[in-house]
Amino acid sequence: MKRVFVTVGSTSFDELITRVSAEESLHVSVGVERLRRALPRFACRSPPPTLLLALPGFPDRSVPKEIPAALLQIFRSLGYSQLTLQIGRGAVVPEPFSADSFTLDVYRYKDSLREDLERADLVISHAGAGSCLETLEKGKPLVVVINEKLMNNHQLELAKQLHKEGHLFYCTCSTLPGLLQSMDLSTLKCYPPGQPEKFSAFLDKVVGLQK
Amino acid sequence: MACVLIPVVAAGAVAVVLVLRLWIVCRSQDVTPRESLSLLVVAGSGGHTTEILRLLGSLSSAYSPRHYVIADTDKMSADKINSFELDRADRDPSTMFLQIYSAPVNKAVREHSAVMDSRYYIHRIPRSREVQQSWLSTVLTTLHSMWLSFPLIHQVKPDLVLCNGPGTCVPICIAALLLGILGIKKVIIVYVESICRVETLSLSGKILIHLSDYFIVQWPTLKEKYPRSVYLGRIV
Repeated sequence: MKRVFVTVGSTSFDELITRVSAEESLHVSVGVERLRRALPRFACRSPPPTLLLALPGFPDRSVPKEIPAALLQIFRSLGYSQLTLQIGRGAVVPEPFSADSFTLDVYRYKDSLREDLERADLVISHAGAGSCLETLEKGKPLVVVINEKLMNNHQLELAKQLHKEGHLFYCTCSTLPGLLQSMDLSTLKCYPPGQPEKFSAFLDKVVGLQK
Repeated sequence: MACVLIPVVAAGAVAVVLVLRLWIVCRSQDVTPRESLSLLVVAGSGGHTTEILRLLGSLSSAYSPRHYVIADTDKMSADKINSFELDRADRDPSTMFLQIYSAPVNKAVREHSAVMDSRYYIHRIPRSREVQQSWLSTVLTTLHSMWLSFPLIHQVKPDLVLCNGPGTCVPICIAALLLGILGIKKVIIVYVESICRVETLSLSGKILIHLSDYFIVQWPTLKEKYPRSVYLGRIV
């Protein structure tokens, strides 16, 4: 059983939680619906964006620039059968369910995320250092989603650096579906843990504890 | 004329002395050999506390007693600190000694248990700045925090202050510096910039890089930008 674990730490990240638990596409606009009614052959599947943009008679604002497939469908198609959401302080609380050999669990906090991290085959996390490091130290594939609503987003620096070193992938909420479908987790490199003993050796020396 | 001049000259002289004292305190890095030292740790919210506890986990039991300072609005840090200390006490055989000999019967035992003291304390001060708080109100809340920090530092008189970036640490470090400036005690201030900071310093870091004794960064880009800093690699 392949599991996905989504974590937002002690923060609230409603946009991410909404998207990962949505069953329907989020950007089905009035224009697309008109198109579906007018052209029956498109009724059963989402038409590609380029086709929509080329059609006359539809005002631009009703045409979505992208139609992301629902993330739950993407997870299913990638072979995942369990999705666990740790939602922190968020206001959005998806309804847990278990159906069609797919389970969705939801909770706010646990004393330790160790168990959920250990059981996960993929971790999708906000960019908090604690969440990232804990996941990387367990050797789990990590996708970091940047919260664009945070001002002075210093968390982005760490995600970019760790991505540069090949330890994780990062994206925004809107680019997450595309990344999930195109990424190759086998290219991720093992993360060497930090060395706090270097700190203690340095400190012992400068405070005069070293013999 | 003289009654205006004298107070002005006196104020000027005091200011010069204070600045000189500050310069002396900041520049002195004498290493006095010792067996143990008391530690004051500033624990901020969320990731800051996790990072600082990882650093503390590597320190020997000579760093005792440990005083933790957290913001009064911070609920999760106290839990993390208590778990950390309990876990540490479980792993450290010297605390077993303390538990068995908890009622000192003679002076020798009392002195011995003072050396292996593994007590810890948690103190709370008002947060100097909430996330996204306006700058003007930040100045006021920081001054308020400093007003409360100095009595705490004066009472504890730690040998070493350790912090890693939350706003709470600025008033604490300034209060510790003040102890040195007033000739009461020289407190070693060690600042470890968070691992999140790869290219730029945090606001606390920008202030304290000039006031701390040792300013530790975890990425080489920061070491290049701030040659005064210490780079030991990734330590959390």
